[in-house]
Amino acid sequence: MSELTLTSANFDQSVNAGGKPVLVDFWAPWCGPCKVMGPIIEQLAGEMTDVTMAKLNVDEHPQMAQRYNVLSIPTFIVFKGGQPVDQFSGTMTKDAFKARLQKHL
Amino acid sequence: MDIEKLIIIGSGPSGYTAAIYAARATLSPLLFEGVAAGGQLMLTTEVENYPGFPEGIQGPELMPLFKKQAQRFGTRIVSDDVVSVDFSARPFTVKSGDREVKAESVIISTGAQAKWLGLESEAKYQGFGVSACATCDGFFYRGKEVIVVGGGNTAVEEALFLTNFASKVTVVHRRDEFRAERILQDRLFANPKVEVIWDSAIDEILGETHPTGAVNVTGARLKNVKTGETREVAADGVFIAIGHAPSSELFAGQLETKAGGYLVVKPGTAATAIEGVWAAGDVTDDVYRQAVTAAGMGCMAALEAVRFLAEQDHKAEGHPIAHKEAEKIGAW
Repeated sequence: MSELTLTSANFDQSVNAGGKPVLVDFWAPWCGPCKVMGPIIEQLAGEMTDVTMAKLNVDEHPQMAQRYNVLSIPTFIVFKGGQPVDQFSGTMTKDAFKARLQKHL
Repeated sequence: MDIEKLIIIGSGPSGYTAAIYAARATLSPLLFEGVAAGGQLMLTTEVENYPGFPEGIQGPELMPLFKKQAQRFGTRIVSDDVVSVDFSARPFTVKSGDREVKAESVIISTGAQAKWLGLESEAKYQGFGVSACATCDGFFYRGKEVIVVGGGNTAVEEALFLTNFASKVTVVHRRDEFRAERILQDRLFANPKVEVIWDSAIDEILGETHPTGAVNVTGARLKNVKTGETREVAADGVFIAIGHAPSSELFAGQLETKAGGYLVVKPGTAATAIEGVWAAGDVTDDVYRQAVTAAGMGCMAALEAVRFLAEQDHKAEGHPIAHKEAEKIGAW
């Protein structure tokens, strides 16, 4: 499965949809570490079918970043039933990232 | 299992330069890029002191060029982080998350990572006002006040970058002068948004917790290192830029380190004490720590590896004059 691209218009609906947890990658094109994590999340979107992977460009939708107190990118928020249940930032290995997500399954 | 001729660990200027030279010597090196792919320059903006780019170049644009040049000559790149190495016997073993590879030789170019202050409050507010990457997080401080801690090039560059967003940038430095390049200092002192607080260190990062559990930074308590006096400075963000520490933990117990954790190499070479293992760039350099010196050391390591592998081949073939032959093959 590929990643969802979120905007301020489809955000609430998307993180609420279905029974699966949703991982949102808050990123921006000018952020080096975001470029490192982007491909990892893309790969995991293919491998982990029980999580929905999504990304939100904070440059285009700063109000969403503000809503979730995102002050550093990349920041990742795991949503369950529309509610944030975990929030973390920075680069990490694919394995570490996967382990962090699996806690919420 | 196939045995690689050369593995390069790291993907900053030193790793890629080693790869370019080794690949051109037809060693087809295997390079582990790691999760911090591209190295420290990926966290910078304008690089003004890398020769060949008179107008400057963005760090995140420069590093893909290094990569492309390394790939052009047959470097194979894997994106994994190396998790362990075993240098006790040759061929050496290098393990990453999903593979284990044997290699006749290894070049270590793992670079350095940003240092943190080590305060509990710093860890608590990391990602919520505490940052070590102005280029990533400056965007969130438009019209706000920030503190930058440090006095080297990184600190001054980050402070200057943050003036594009913040209404006020307070630089806190524990000495009474900067180590940063003069040209950067001049720019900093000329910027009306900047205030410098000398002889001071961060005693505590201050913040608040909202009823929802969300936290954010409200400022910092500074301590004058000469008088012991403390004062509080209000800020929405605190950027830590107190230097870098070599990424050498992976080699603990196998390679000698000097003060600060830098890998020891034989003077004038890139050779570690283990034959067939070289170290280049910020992981071993406690003096210069520049992109261009890292690239130079990567070149040295690759040329030494090329010569070493040629000597090994000749020995294996039983040539009595192996060394002389190798010298002819050597690129310098």
